[in-house]
Amino acid sequence: MRKLIAVAAAIGAAVLMTGASIDGARAADKQLTLCWAAWDPANALVELSKDFTKQSGIDMKFEFVPWTNYADRFLNELNSHGKLCDLIIGDSQWIGGSAENGHYVKLNDFFAKEGISMDDFMPATVVGYSEWPKNTPNYWALPAMGDAVGWTYRKDWFAKPEIQAAFKEKYGRDLAVPKTYDELKDIATFFQGREIDGKTVYGASIYTERGSEGITMGVSNVLYDYGFEYQNPKKPYEMEGFVNSPGAIAGLEFYKELYKCCTPPGASNSYMSEGLDAFKSGQVALQMNFFAFFPGLYKDPNVGGDKIGFFVNPAGPAGHFTQLGGQGISVVAYSDKQDEALQYIKWFAKPDVQKKWWTLGGYSCAKSVLNDPSFPESAPFAAQFLESMAMVKDFWAEPSYAQLLQAEQKRVHDYVVADQGTAKEALDKLVADWTQVFQDDGKM
Amino acid sequence: MPGLTQAHSVVAPSTASRRIAGALVIVYAIITMIPLLWIIATSFKTPPDSISYPPKVIFTPSLEGYVNLFTTRTRQTPEVIATLPPPTTWYDKLVRSRNMVIAGPSNVIPRFVNSIIIAFGSTFLAVFLGTLAAYGFSRFKVPLKDDLLFFILSTRMMPPIAVAIPIYLMYRELGLSDTKLGMILLYTAVNVSLAVWLLKGFIDEIPREYEEAAMIDGYTRLQAFRKAVLPQAATGIAATAIFCLIFAWNEYAFAVLLTSGTAQTMPPFIPFIIGEGGQDWPAVAAATTLFVIPIFVFTILLRKHLLRGITFGAVRK
Amino acid sequence: MTELPAQTAFADRVAEAMPSGIGKTVRGLSDKAIAWLFIGPTILLLLAINIFPLIWTIYLSFTNYRANRPNAEVKYVGLDWYHRILGDADVWAAMQTTAHFVIWTIIIETVLGFGLAWLIDKKFRGHALWTTVILIPMMLSPAVVGNFWTFLYQPQSGLFNYAISFVTGIDPSSFQMLGSVRLSPWAIVIVDAWMWTPYVMLICLAGLRSIPDYIYEAAEVDRASPWRQFWSITLPMALPFIMLAVLFRGIENFKMFDMVNLLTGGGPGSTTEVVSITLKRQAFESWRTGYSSALAIILFVTVFGLANIYVKALNRVKQR
Repeated sequence: MRKLIAVAAAIGAAVLMTGASIDGARAADKQLTLCWAAWDPANALVELSKDFTKQSGIDMKFEFVPWTNYADRFLNELNSHGKLCDLIIGDSQWIGGSAENGHYVKLNDFFAKEGISMDDFMPATVVGYSEWPKNTPNYWALPAMGDAVGWTYRKDWFAKPEIQAAFKEKYGRDLAVPKTYDELKDIATFFQGREIDGKTVYGASIYTERGSEGITMGVSNVLYDYGFEYQNPKKPYEMEGFVNSPGAIAGLEFYKELYKCCTPPGASNSYMSEGLDAFKSGQVALQMNFFAFFPGLYKDPNVGGDKIGFFVNPAGPAGHFTQLGGQGISVVAYSDKQDEALQYIKWFAKPDVQKKWWTLGGYSCAKSVLNDPSFPESAPFAAQFLESMAMVKDFWAEPSYAQLLQAEQKRVHDYVVADQGTAKEALDKLVADWTQVFQDDGKM
Repeated sequence: MPGLTQAHSVVAPSTASRRIAGALVIVYAIITMIPLLWIIATSFKTPPDSISYPPKVIFTPSLEGYVNLFTTRTRQTPEVIATLPPPTTWYDKLVRSRNMVIAGPSNVIPRFVNSIIIAFGSTFLAVFLGTLAAYGFSRFKVPLKDDLLFFILSTRMMPPIAVAIPIYLMYRELGLSDTKLGMILLYTAVNVSLAVWLLKGFIDEIPREYEEAAMIDGYTRLQAFRKAVLPQAATGIAATAIFCLIFAWNEYAFAVLLTSGTAQTMPPFIPFIIGEGGQDWPAVAAATTLFVIPIFVFTILLRKHLLRGITFGAVRK
Repeated sequence: MTELPAQTAFADRVAEAMPSGIGKTVRGLSDKAIAWLFIGPTILLLLAINIFPLIWTIYLSFTNYRANRPNAEVKYVGLDWYHRILGDADVWAAMQTTAHFVIWTIIIETVLGFGLAWLIDKKFRGHALWTTVILIPMMLSPAVVGNFWTFLYQPQSGLFNYAISFVTGIDPSSFQMLGSVRLSPWAIVIVDAWMWTPYVMLICLAGLRSIPDYIYEAAEVDRASPWRQFWSITLPMALPFIMLAVLFRGIENFKMFDMVNLLTGGGPGSTTEVVSITLKRQAFESWRTGYSSALAIILFVTVFGLANIYVKALNRVKQR
């Protein structure tokens, strides 16, 4: 026994030494780490970056984190001033905090020096992903991945004559891609619990996730269309009567009805990946999800190709909007390899790289790609993407965004999924929560 | 009364009641093991089998979960795959059959190595410091001894998240965020309280006469500690070490809040092993299986000392 | 403090009895020096990694500091956070959720754990082996356990739902353990009970084994019924052990984070948001460092206070 302990102690000491020394000596070779979410476009970026490595001799390492953990992990990393990431493709809403707290390197001088102009990128993406404060020429990121919420549907089911007949009989109109949310709900109700090819299927997969940002990203699509505003357009931070306007209340009630009537069982905590699983396994007729997944879905052996169709977020009684997704690429201020990281951004901004980015399955934000006359025909979802990007709205990008988001997650989930209180109470509480946040920040 | 008929003790339970008790306990044990066995079985299923309805008890075993755990893969169209050179290994073949190509190794091995380095490193330090302190508390008059011992224990009452707030700020200032050294120090601090309490109990049980005899023989106090006390405490030290190891191996809250990649261990990594959509359950199950095997071994090694360990030495058998 | 007890002064007495030259070698370092040398490093480490941070937390709880804005001006806010927390309905809701979780897990684990211990104490053939098997769940990582139970709780493919439907005939997709407001508080209780019943069992077993046989023998002589023996001997004598198990489980479950976080993340809505999850959200998602420090201190004081009261009760039971 004594010998054993001596051996174990020696091993322990040795391990301790290696542990300490590994931390001490960071790899000095040329290698960049890029941090992003783990999803289809990330795999495309790995593929694309091989060209960069070939050209520059700089190796690329990747740290991809699932969406539900993405904000938590990387905001934690940035706040701890960690050196894990040299480049980060951070979510659009992080820009305020990351700019004000010095997590990102300001890119204005670099853009000027390298002749990169923000006029070459689609305006909505520049405002959404790069600027802080918004609508001022202060750039903290290069628009990297355009994205918005859209919908997919089972084209093959829509095309079945018996289904078309049954739908017409029930609703008195043809089964077609929904233009409004009311139509969408009819279609979802129609498919809910229906037998198709010997399997019970369900209406729609929508976002209901609690932990990160899921239900907010979902409900916003409806709220915007029903008249929800984050603040008085004329008076910043005035939220009473805008966040909880009668329209917004009706929108929230609608989202709950949609959740109750038409989602598959167990969809109380579903976000992007659950939506994909539900759609790919043939459970649902409609799926709310980000455009980022559409190239992958189109390639899917079971539900892709002829079987899938795409449409933009439907309109509501008060307007026609959609939730912005997408990210810009930034250089982390704590990185020791900022020069190499900037080199990567310079390379990434080139028109030919942007073009390849789109063909590989990434959504370029460059006008050179998007304004090309052949673009709308280049993929079955390209035209919808352009249309969506022209009507996007985004969540708060304030430095306190995480707190604002959490409040909405809680209030909406409590009402929609956990059946607590009324829609009005939920939004009233949300106004109170947000007011508190802005008061603590000294903005009100 | 049947108990009275037993020769050796008047209160020994009857054979019948023993059998019933045995049967009930075995039923409980089996039910309690089903979830674990299910996870191990899932690690040998294919992804479709793992989420089939009704759940599949009998299935064709596959190593896909393990292959997926150790690799990253990209989906390709069959046309692209047809242009590639034929697969050379069994795992290449397996991945190709799903229209995928292996892109490289996954992060699981570095995370496993982190778990090993951090668990062993912190255990070594905690047991080393703990043995010294326990000897000190056991043999010497230390001012405010009871208060100090209680203080050492009270550090375990803080919710880990509460501890993590200042540690996060401290590590940020010291540059210890997401480092193995930082995690080793933190786990050492948490484990040392357990180590002191357990080892004090073990050392208390070693008669002082051993050291006293040694010192009469001309040993110094330090020599006596090394030559007379340590060998006697060996079993206790080993048991304590395993307890510390298990804590550090299993710990999640600090790891998830204070590491992001370089020093990330397995517990925060396993839940986020995803496939093309949500969690890749066979791969998650494979990681879980590999992760808990050491625990099975430790539980068997420790079974005699478990009680002491889980009660901080408050209950000794 | 000035008087050394007889045993520890042994070396000194030996030294005194010897000629001075030898005395020095016998003693080497003085006992006092050794004591501090041995205890010092541990105390230093705990001061650095436990006490200093605790004091810092207390300080932060009086400020509006935010860890994600290191450059912002730090203002002293007095007891504002404490006021706000104690008046915050959401915090109280989290406390209630925690209380529900703690109380029910303790009840179930104590009943089941004691029952199992009582059965194992009958010393049937192979009891040692089966005891070890039963103990395995409590050795696992709560995070990993929480994660794989989400798999067992899947509404359609999950083993748990399937097993329930097999026994009761209810459609397995008709109920959601993690998604329903009614069931999710029980989902976390079930997993905790699965994991920690063995813990209570082990401590109760020690309690049962500590009861000397002669007491039962005396009861047999008095012709006390087994029922009476159980209530007047077994239970009271095992009570200190049961209470100890309850103490440890109570503290652990009050702090519960990892298992619940991975199982439900506090959802649906805030139905299973135990207070540690609230704390995590405030501290590491909203980055309200000052506020969450105050909440941390309140939690710490609560655990510490409750544990102290409980230990007093425990001692009283022991003395009886």
